[in-house]
Amino acid sequence: MKELRLMKGNEALAEAAIRAGADAYFGYPITPQSEVIEYLMAARTEDRTGMIVLQAESEIAAINMVYGAAGCGKRAFTSSSSPGISLKQEGISYIAGAELPCVIVNVVRGGPGLGTIQPSQSDYFQSVKGGGHGDYKLIVLAPATVQESVDYMKLAFELAFKYRNPVMIQSDGIIGQMMEKVELFEQMPRLEPDYEWATTGKKPGKPSTIVTSLQLESEEQEKVNHRLQAKYREVEKNEVRYEQFHCEDAEYLFTAFGSSARITRKAMEMAREKGIKVGLLRPQTLYPFPSKAFYDLADQLKGILCVEMNAGQMIEDVRLSVNGKTRVEHFGRFGGVIPNPDEILKAFEQKIIGG
Amino acid sequence: MAENLIKPENLVYKKSGIMTDRVLHYCPGCGHGTAHRILAEVIEELGIQNETIGVAPVGCSVLAYYYFDVDMQEAAHGRAPAVATGIKRVMPEKYVFTYQGDGDLAAIGTAETIHACNRGENILIVFVNNGIYGMTGGQMAPTTLIGMKSSTSPFGRDIKTMGSPIKMTELVAQLPGTYYVTRQAVHKPANVRKAKKALKKALEYQKLNKGTCFVEIVSNCPSNWKMTPVQSNEWMEENMFPYYPLGDIKLPQDENKK
Repeated sequence: MKELRLMKGNEALAEAAIRAGADAYFGYPITPQSEVIEYLMAARTEDRTGMIVLQAESEIAAINMVYGAAGCGKRAFTSSSSPGISLKQEGISYIAGAELPCVIVNVVRGGPGLGTIQPSQSDYFQSVKGGGHGDYKLIVLAPATVQESVDYMKLAFELAFKYRNPVMIQSDGIIGQMMEKVELFEQMPRLEPDYEWATTGKKPGKPSTIVTSLQLESEEQEKVNHRLQAKYREVEKNEVRYEQFHCEDAEYLFTAFGSSARITRKAMEMAREKGIKVGLLRPQTLYPFPSKAFYDLADQLKGILCVEMNAGQMIEDVRLSVNGKTRVEHFGRFGGVIPNPDEILKAFEQKIIGG
Repeated sequence: MAENLIKPENLVYKKSGIMTDRVLHYCPGCGHGTAHRILAEVIEELGIQNETIGVAPVGCSVLAYYYFDVDMQEAAHGRAPAVATGIKRVMPEKYVFTYQGDGDLAAIGTAETIHACNRGENILIVFVNNGIYGMTGGQMAPTTLIGMKSSTSPFGRDIKTMGSPIKMTELVAQLPGTYYVTRQAVHKPANVRKAKKALKKALEYQKLNKGTCFVEIVSNCPSNWKMTPVQSNEWMEENMFPYYPLGDIKLPQDENKK
């Protein structure tokens, strides 16, 4: 039976992980996401489902514990916030290179450096364009509500195992900290699969299993890269997710992801009340990016305003998507400042309508 | 003539079945080959090939997974104890070991080593200490001896600017989480037998779930010490052993009482 609860974003996400049948969580406290590990510890997951929860000595150790558990075919995840996610990048690159499935949650706060503990979206580049070394991609899910935090946790594990690829849930300090009504899905069983790629002990008569991202021969490493790229093309084909509001008759478009999409939606409604035909396109997957949706809409548009809590990151993908067919401008507040609908509307009128 | 000798009844030594047929990439005279062999023999003798998951480091033994015929994971530099923690926590019934060099374990992976030991992870950590970075070509290691020359301490290790060699094994022995801590060598038959016994005990202890077992093997690096294998072993005895004395450092408490 489905269950309704009023929950904080970080806690809902933790509860969703337990219910999604997660086998292990490894993490290190950092504001504004410490509720994830606190909730998991308080939930006595070992008694409830057998799920392991461990507070590691660092974010680096935590992501490498995820590597070890994921290498055994288990559903492992970690969570952190921006400075901690930077520390995890080495491990994330190794996980991508070794093609292991796992989930990484980034409850983004403002940077650079130690920055601020307030909400931000300034890790878009890090999540979508790489972050660690080498040609790899994370599947990046961007929830805009506590409910989506719950739903994406389940989806993230599904996608991670479907593609044997790390999946990042890019939340932020707003979604992580606010409380909303959520519908929780039923407890799913923890699985006992025996993947041929997982190190679970050598099978008699079969070669041993090796989890590695190392290929000393260039030609072999190129083959690995080709395989990864082929996988990413599949992901781009199958996993694009986005939401559109009032796009049918739109002459203008707002675009925003995560919590800034919620605020921008209000700005869109205010513009509509003024009789301006403007829609909103909200990418739910930041990678794969809904490029085609933007490209297809571009012909009917006089301009797009990309609203982000950063200095302009997703706008690069929007511009690449529309390929010059329409003008794309950016409006952002950053460093932990949250924009309000009035200033978004004002920026829209100045930069797009009046621009 | 030789063909007549190759008969099962004449066999006095056989490569462990846990060692694959792959040609070792280690330099002639290096201790890694022997350390690999005795660990493989122990796994074979305990009959735990299918129950063992190993973690390879970054360093000379980065390709250890090619040589041990058990399931293995390759960790990032220094992270093997964290990777092993992840494995052991989700597969508690398996035997989990890491095999690490001094750069991996005692420099970049110091935090992972200490905290895995401090949590008392039920894993075996094999620490091969030859006082130098072998794979990258002879740079100073955290365990490089005072005055010892390397490519990044060309005039010898100077305490004032480079600090003293770190004794990781003594350090982890102080942590309540470690159960059995010992320092061994593999340069002579008697040492090989002792080291093998230590590895065997360490893996047997893993069943008890009493904490981390830590086996250091002080070893040589003929290539980067720029010596012949024989010279390097003599140099090791004269210089390494006084600073890194061989023997048990921490025995299981019940054994101590005996």
